[in-house]
Amino acid sequence: MQIKVVMAKLGLDIHWRGALVVSRMLRDEGMEVVYLGNQFPEQIVDAAIQEGADVIGLSTLGGNHLTLGPKVVEIMKAKGMDSLVIMGGVIPEDDFPLLKEAGIAEIFGPETRIEEMANFIRARVKTEIA
Amino acid sequence: MVSLSDELIEKFDQKDEVVLGKLLKEVENQTELGFELLKHKAFQKGKAHIVGITGPPGSGKSTLVGKICKSLAQKGLKIGVVCIDPTSPFTKGALLGDRVRMQELAKYPNIFIKSLATRGNLGGLAGSTADVVQVLDAFDKDIILLETVGVGQAEFDVLDISDTVVLVNVPGLGDSLQTLKAGIMEIADLYVINQSDRPGADESVKDLRMMVNESKKEDWKPPILKTIATQQEGVEELIDQIHRHKSFLRNSGQWAKIRQNRHMKRLRGVTNSYITEIVENTMRNDPLIQKRIEEVKRGEIDPFTVSNEIIRHLFQKQLTL
Ligand SMILES: Nc1nc2c(ncn2[C@@H]2O[C@H](COP(=O)(O)OP(=O)(O)OP(=O)(O)O)[C@@H](O)[C@H]2O)c(=O)[nH]1
Ligand SMILES: [Mg+2]
Repeated sequence: MQIKVVMAKLGLDIHWRGALVVSRMLRDEGMEVVYLGNQFPEQIVDAAIQEGADVIGLSTLGGNHLTLGPKVVEIMKAKGMDSLVIMGGVIPEDDFPLLKEAGIAEIFGPETRIEEMANFIRARVKTEIA
Repeated sequence: MVSLSDELIEKFDQKDEVVLGKLLKEVENQTELGFELLKHKAFQKGKAHIVGITGPPGSGKSTLVGKICKSLAQKGLKIGVVCIDPTSPFTKGALLGDRVRMQELAKYPNIFIKSLATRGNLGGLAGSTADVVQVLDAFDKDIILLETVGVGQAEFDVLDISDTVVLVNVPGLGDSLQTLKAGIMEIADLYVINQSDRPGADESVKDLRMMVNESKKEDWKPPILKTIATQQEGVEELIDQIHRHKSFLRNSGQWAKIRQNRHMKRLRGVTNSYITEIVENTMRNDPLIQKRIEEVKRGEIDPFTVSNEIIRHLFQKQLTL
């Protein structure tokens, strides 16, 4: 089955193009990527509900990641959704443990190879469907 | 995996959007549960006004849909949106980017947006579009807006699903008129020249008017409107005309006729794809047929004879999926 990803730029990082670039690369990996542009957690979760997202991808330049990232997971769980939430962009490694504890499945730095991200998604989504 | 329980149907009837999302996912992926759903009596309504928005790539369809939704939501209507984008034939992936143009809708209630990839379907829509529309209609949406992929010349599927077809074009269509003339120009109930802030809008309207006057449609003369979607200009007039077309369909009896035709086409489509699936399965899995296929491949026997054998074989086995 086709993997569906909802990809958003977290909050107001308007000049950050990373999310669109990653969206295109995941498309080239065979996924269906719904690109939202900039949105806040509540709206991202609503979009994921409407789109039936297997994966929510959050892209950030940092600054808001510790608050808005976990917020997405929190709202999602409260609404009874269980998409895989991943983050990418510029995030200090020191913050990784906190984010993972909050339910972010994985964090990808700017140097991540796309195959790595795609393989991670495929492995996790497949086990969850099975 | 979700299953179709009374509880689920009840939540659906109570307008639980999470349930709607889950059920639409089943329908989108054409799962067993998805088909169960489409057969369920709670999912046969057919009340929503279905409006297809079509036109060349980048003409402003998504932006326009966003503005139409915003205005309709403010008027208290319940809205469904289905946006279709092409699947890459090479990777099977798709970038569904229409929502970017509808970001401001996030703050309005009663708008449900679903993006679909064509998944190999030609004709400008996804194979599951009619099914997704059926479910949104069952969710008591008043109006469902259907954005096709950016179309060229031969994408007419939107006609089979919509009550009202809006063709969105841009100024300076003198050239594109040539390519669109092939027929896509004839299909619309409403013509929009969007991006009217760009030069040549009035000429385009004139060109279109000439064409519309030549057209054979007698009882409904398609209006031609100028819009600037990015500035919400002309959007109210467009909405008025969409409503006017609905009234026309209702008063002229065409509303019911369109639905009859739609059901018929759907029956035909569904039946054909069932049969195709059965045939494909047999050709893949039946050892006897496999042997004959190899003979056809080697050119030892003609495809017509073996095709007849396959059909005869299937009817003897009784058609089961
Ligand atoms: N100047 C001007 N630009 C517009 C107008 N409407 C839309 N645009 C711009 O045109 C571009 C394409 O708009 P979309 O709404 O994405 O067009 P679309 O037809 O949905 O495109 P596809 O879905 O890719 O076929 C965007 O940059 C819009 O901001 C308009 O009235 N005037
Ligand atoms: Mg669009």
